[in-house]
Amino acid sequence: MALDQSFVGRTYPPTAPYEVGREKIREFAEAIGDDNPAYTDPEAAKAYGHPDVIAPPTFVFSITFRAAHRLVVEDPELGLDYSRVVHGDQKFTYARPVRAGDRLSVTCTIDSIKSLAGNDVLSVRGDVHDGSGELVVTAHTKLVARGAGAEQSTEA
Amino acid sequence: MTATISYDDVEVGTELPARSFPVSRAALVRYAGASGDFNPIHWNEKFAKEVGLPDVIAHGMFTMAEAARVVTDWAGDPAAVVDYGVRFTKPVVVPNDDKGAVVEVAAKVAAKLDDRTVRVDLTAVCDGQKVLGMARAVVRLA
Repeated sequence: MALDQSFVGRTYPPTAPYEVGREKIREFAEAIGDDNPAYTDPEAAKAYGHPDVIAPPTFVFSITFRAAHRLVVEDPELGLDYSRVVHGDQKFTYARPVRAGDRLSVTCTIDSIKSLAGNDVLSVRGDVHDGSGELVVTAHTKLVARGAGAEQSTEA
Repeated sequence: MTATISYDDVEVGTELPARSFPVSRAALVRYAGASGDFNPIHWNEKFAKEVGLPDVIAHGMFTMAEAARVVTDWAGDPAAVVDYGVRFTKPVVVPNDDKGAVVEVAAKVAAKLDDRTVRVDLTAVCDGQKVLGMARAVVRLA
């Protein structure tokens, strides 16, 4: 069943702040095998002009997706069947890098709902603001809910 | 931010150093923990097959993170990346053997834009198949 178009443009309340820690950034950088010192060495980060270590570009997805999942995917009114959902597209637009010490809050908005070849395609925007209210990064996440009769897709 | 590559030194067609990234089951478990994405299709073979996958597959975001390294290693300061997007076109299937999978990432400057930025187009291939589509980064150079 197609998702209700009236949800397009809906904005959810901002999430409680997520505090970005140096060691969490280090853990993430190690998990992707990236030894760029800007992620782990505050002095190296400062040499690039950053006040503290910064996070790899995709780090913030953990925060934005958690927000999108709790607010949008699990919105009982929207009625998305998460067991059929795969990650279609992902895009980030950065005002500045995420860095240690940030307290980040995500505001999720449903940008579009489309029906393509029997699949529901849900585009969710996550605007990530820091503790002073400045925009840090915007994440655009496209989720595809496979229709019951649609061809099986295997992406994640 | 302080990219180490100068805008004036690149032109359309300039290639970034390509890289191959091995993807093992252990790497996926580690990424699951670091990212908080514990979907069992990324670590449980039985579950993956039950939902119609050939085997455990990598997190799409893991592949996206690996591909980004070609750009950030080139640029120096990772903050030079001001925009980055991909489409997940095929899964990276990771068998439970000594080899795992390998994702090969290549990238080149596709356009010179305003404000000392360039658009870098990336390709990511695993087992002869493109696993990312429309993979593009906008990078602000020195």
